[in-house]
Amino acid sequence: MITVRVPSPLRSYTAGAAQVSASGRTLAELLGNLDRHHPGMRFRMIDEQERIRPHIRIFINQREVQALTEGLGASDEVHLICALSGG
Amino acid sequence: MANTLWIGTRKGLFSLRADARRRTWRLSGPQMLGHIIHHVVQDPREPRRLVLAAKTGHLGPTVYNSIDRGRHWQEAKAPPAFRKVAEGEKPRAVERVFWLTPGNPSEPGAWYAGSSPAGLFRSEDHGLHWAPVAGFNDHPMHPKWAAGLRTPDGELLHSVRVDPRSARHLYLAISIGGVFESTDGGADWAPLNEGVAADFLPNPDVPYGHDPHCVILHPQQPDRLYQQNHCGIYRLDRPARRWLRIGEHMPKAIGDVGFPIVAHPRDPDTVWVFPMDGSKVWPRTSINGKPAVYRSRNAGRTWQRLARGLPRAQAWFTVLRQAMCADAGPRVGLYFGTTQGEVWASIDEGESWRCIARHLPEIYSLTYAS
Repeated sequence: MITVRVPSPLRSYTAGAAQVSASGRTLAELLGNLDRHHPGMRFRMIDEQERIRPHIRIFINQREVQALTEGLGASDEVHLICALSGG
Repeated sequence: MANTLWIGTRKGLFSLRADARRRTWRLSGPQMLGHIIHHVVQDPREPRRLVLAAKTGHLGPTVYNSIDRGRHWQEAKAPPAFRKVAEGEKPRAVERVFWLTPGNPSEPGAWYAGSSPAGLFRSEDHGLHWAPVAGFNDHPMHPKWAAGLRTPDGELLHSVRVDPRSARHLYLAISIGGVFESTDGGADWAPLNEGVAADFLPNPDVPYGHDPHCVILHPQQPDRLYQQNHCGIYRLDRPARRWLRIGEHMPKAIGDVGFPIVAHPRDPDTVWVFPMDGSKVWPRTSINGKPAVYRSRNAGRTWQRLARGLPRAQAWFTVLRQAMCADAGPRVGLYFGTTQGEVWASIDEGESWRCIARHLPEIYSLTYAS
């Protein structure tokens, strides 16, 4: 299982958990499985054209990724990050 | 729980509840603190139900619905979203759900949503699942109708109006794009902009590309439409197709630019507008810092200034298109919310005003619920 770090704006979907586990060989699979356990979460991060939304960043370990086709290993950690400036 | 005003703000949802005489108002909230609430609408067919359009700064757009008059909210299982495009097609994604309209009384559970970029969506189950209305979103003319002018917030699809006599008769507006009509339940659409100015365009004599800010249809006389446009105030009495610029009868020093227009719940000849400054660089504030509502009792032939109780000077707020509404009282109550987080109320059809809430976040939407 892959560890997923969840930022506070998305924790309403994880019953407040800052960290959850999910499986997946790719980022797309992982997000799909995450959404099955936490319905609605994926669409807030990924739009209907399968693009990461403008103020969401996704890191696999220390590396920011932009494609949902990125592969994942069992020891990887996925960080979901909300990035916004202004008041 | 009669006499509730739902206040959608840039930072969350609030409500004001009045006593039976509408003299004392109690503020509640925030709910969903930090969420951007574009519209909150009660279902007149089932008044315990409400639907709300929201997003946050970080997260994508969604819709919530309530079955207990706003005590609890459930997120849509399938929020409004465009269909996934085929390879080579220009991708479209909903950035915000901007507008909500309950369906015809003959279709319980039906709702429409308008988005930015301009899309029309329909739910059959009180807002839990939404599907794109292909007849509009995939209309061959859609790329031209909703071409916009690359405005910062994109084209906004709003003012979805359902003829109370027929579920198949629909209107909608796009800012910037114009007013469009369907007579077959949304399968096909046609522009309805004759007579409306578009003086910001190189060729103002165009069939679409106008900038309607708010379009209303009178519930008791559904062939009577009013429009507050970027370029004036208009009336249209169907089956005519040519809008009449009734804003020409406004005082010249005030002009006829604004965002909202509100209908009297029973009298089709009475409407209220809140003019804003559309001069020079378009400050879009109350004119000269002296806010005033204007009312016509005769379908736009004459207008009266209504400012008693409102600030007399140095009040520079704006009232957005969803932020002004009326109740259905014997003497109609009228309400508006400002970009500075104030709610103003009149319980005498606009004759006099008082502030009933202040210090809220920027108000995007103010709607009345019975």
